[in-house]
Amino acid sequence: MKIVILGCGRMGAHLARRLDSEGHSVTVIDRTSESFARLGNDFQGKMVLGTGIDEDVMRRAGIEQADAFIAVSNGDNTNAMAAEIAKLVFKVPRVVARLYDPVREDTYHQLGLMETVCPTVMGSDKIYDLIMPNRKIK
Amino acid sequence: MYIIIVGGGKVGYYLCKSLLNEEHEVLLIEKDKRKCDIISAELGGIVLRGDGSDSIVMEEAGMNRCDLAIAVTGDDEDNLMICQMAKKKFGVERTIARINNPKNEHIFKLMGIDHTVSVTDLILAQIERGIPAHSLVHLLTLRDVGVSFVETKVPADSPAVGKRLRDLPIPDDMVIPLIIRGGKGIVPYGETVFMAGDEVVAVTTMAEVDILGKLFAKTTTAE
Repeated sequence: MKIVILGCGRMGAHLARRLDSEGHSVTVIDRTSESFARLGNDFQGKMVLGTGIDEDVMRRAGIEQADAFIAVSNGDNTNAMAAEIAKLVFKVPRVVARLYDPVREDTYHQLGLMETVCPTVMGSDKIYDLIMPNRKIK
Repeated sequence: MYIIIVGGGKVGYYLCKSLLNEEHEVLLIEKDKRKCDIISAELGGIVLRGDGSDSIVMEEAGMNRCDLAIAVTGDDEDNLMICQMAKKKFGVERTIARINNPKNEHIFKLMGIDHTVSVTDLILAQIERGIPAHSLVHLLTLRDVGVSFVETKVPADSPAVGKRLRDLPIPDDMVIPLIIRGGKGIVPYGETVFMAGDEVVAVTTMAEVDILGKLFAKTTTAE
């Protein structure tokens, strides 16, 4: 699969390395070149410097041929907008955005344009289940 | 109308001031404490400090009962998020977004934001301002609704100098909400007298734009 990832933070880099090692064609976009150090030396994919809400940057990252776009930069708003561009302008088949704010996540989930992941809800649910004595298996 | 403005920069501030002047209920949301302090010291308790794209802040601001949400921060992604959340989550009927990167204009349209205002037009106006041949500066055009914000400078030999606002033959489709005199903004009323060098801002239908220039231009000897 051809995959474009926006944001080379902990999550972006982790995902990129995993997908790259599985043989997928991965391109990572980030605003700062230092972030690419997280990818390590054996990363085979492409690195593109720039902001993920700029169509030209996305084109350079090969968004037009991408099978999936993943927005995991540190800003909810950037992720939502980048994901919308990927879906509406470039018609990428699978688009996933990370949104920290649960309400924002819920709203964008309901819009149905993209798939959304909210680490806040996932993390707190997990912690809740761990500490409550009669924890339910979800 | 209850209007929420997000972004307390220059655009947000002047917008807020003008809308308060028109006796709307206005709330301004701004992240920066210093900007909040300055604006609330001048305009009163109409400022809410916080991230205007955060749902909790939006709720606190009463987004669900507002008639119009205007996002004028310096970041397009924030403006887009604010307008989309206002519409989809809080059911706000009308939203207006400022666009900083002109390339984003069609993206905003695709995403269903009713009205967008591109700063490209403002920069163009700045360039025009430096060329004295232009008597009219286009500050902003809202194409969807056919309205323009234009500015002109009153020349020393203009027949309007020394005249009151009420004495000028201003068309029905035009209002003059602002005069800039010596670097200070004045909100004029009927008795305000025009002076040479005044920069006059008018809001008008696009068809009537040229009339502003004619109102203040010096009388040509040919006529």
